[in-house]
Amino acid sequence: MEKDSQGDIWEVFIQAKPGMPHKHAGNVHAMDKEMALQNARDLYTRRGEGTSIWTVRSSEIVASNPKDDEAFFDPSDDKIYRQASFYSVPKDAKQI
Amino acid sequence: MELREALYKYLLRIGDTSLIAGQRLAEWVSEGPTLEEDIALTNISLDLFGQARAALSYAAEVQGKGATEDSLTYLRSEREYYNTLLSELPNGNFANTIANQFLNDAYLYHFYTALGKSKDEKLAAFAIKSVKEVRYHLRHTGEWVVRLGDGTEESKNKMQSAIDDVWMFTGDLFEMDEVDETLIEMGIGVDLNEIKRSWDTTVNKVLERATITRPEDGYMQTGRLDGQHTEYLGHILSELQYLQRAHPGAEW
Repeated sequence: MEKDSQGDIWEVFIQAKPGMPHKHAGNVHAMDKEMALQNARDLYTRRGEGTSIWTVRSSEIVASNPKDDEAFFDPSDDKIYRQASFYSVPKDAKQI
Repeated sequence: MELREALYKYLLRIGDTSLIAGQRLAEWVSEGPTLEEDIALTNISLDLFGQARAALSYAAEVQGKGATEDSLTYLRSEREYYNTLLSELPNGNFANTIANQFLNDAYLYHFYTALGKSKDEKLAAFAIKSVKEVRYHLRHTGEWVVRLGDGTEESKNKMQSAIDDVWMFTGDLFEMDEVDETLIEMGIGVDLNEIKRSWDTTVNKVLERATITRPEDGYMQTGRLDGQHTEYLGHILSELQYLQRAHPGAEW
């Protein structure tokens, strides 16, 4: 993508409560780490959305390529036995 | 000096500084250098308006003459405003805004920290709530001072000139009169000489990181205590108060 004067794009992850996973919230422009953190704070946590923020330069994220979708994801389509819900729980099993 | 009168004036000084700084920052809406910074400055402006509301409604209550936060905001004239001169200075370029706000934020941060120990419970509660917001404002503007000062040759020059230009208004922050003396004696107010020492430490630390030279203290323009302002406050008020002046008593 063409470089503009707004800085790099950083992805923002917000943790709603301590112990919960950080979830992708969106992204911000920023020129350095501190600015990324502050911009994320100002854009994504003004209404009590979270207790922790992670940001990372978008260019540092390794993403799968849509061309690989078949090879990556289709093989699992017909293997529902990989889901825990595929198995019925024995009647007498109490500690599951 | 009578306590009620002193506390009323003290609250106006606090509320007016937040109100005018907030109004100034609001001028950046849609003009920010980036979308994110536009929102950041507006968020800070909104925090300041919140502080102004709390301080001015308490001022109205202390005065006890039927005033409200709105009447104090919309119906006082320029000479009845007691904000810091720093908060009314024009935004100029982005570095000017950052310089003005940073020096004001550093002052408010230490002021509210100390005011949190006030014997006036309501004032202390207000300060403890506000200092959380101001700590973030200071971090935001402080980081910009460093980023611009320790940035490119052009940004450094702009940051240095901005600090140089505004320096003569910093003495105004620490002036005291019988209002302060009355309240300090009662454990309600804050000794601004002590705030000056903390302010110096904070400002020096940031300027050093920013490779910005701290200007020598020369002539200081003051006026906050007596409501003597720069030429700029009148223009701010004419915009801020326009509706109530043109249509007295208008409500929505």
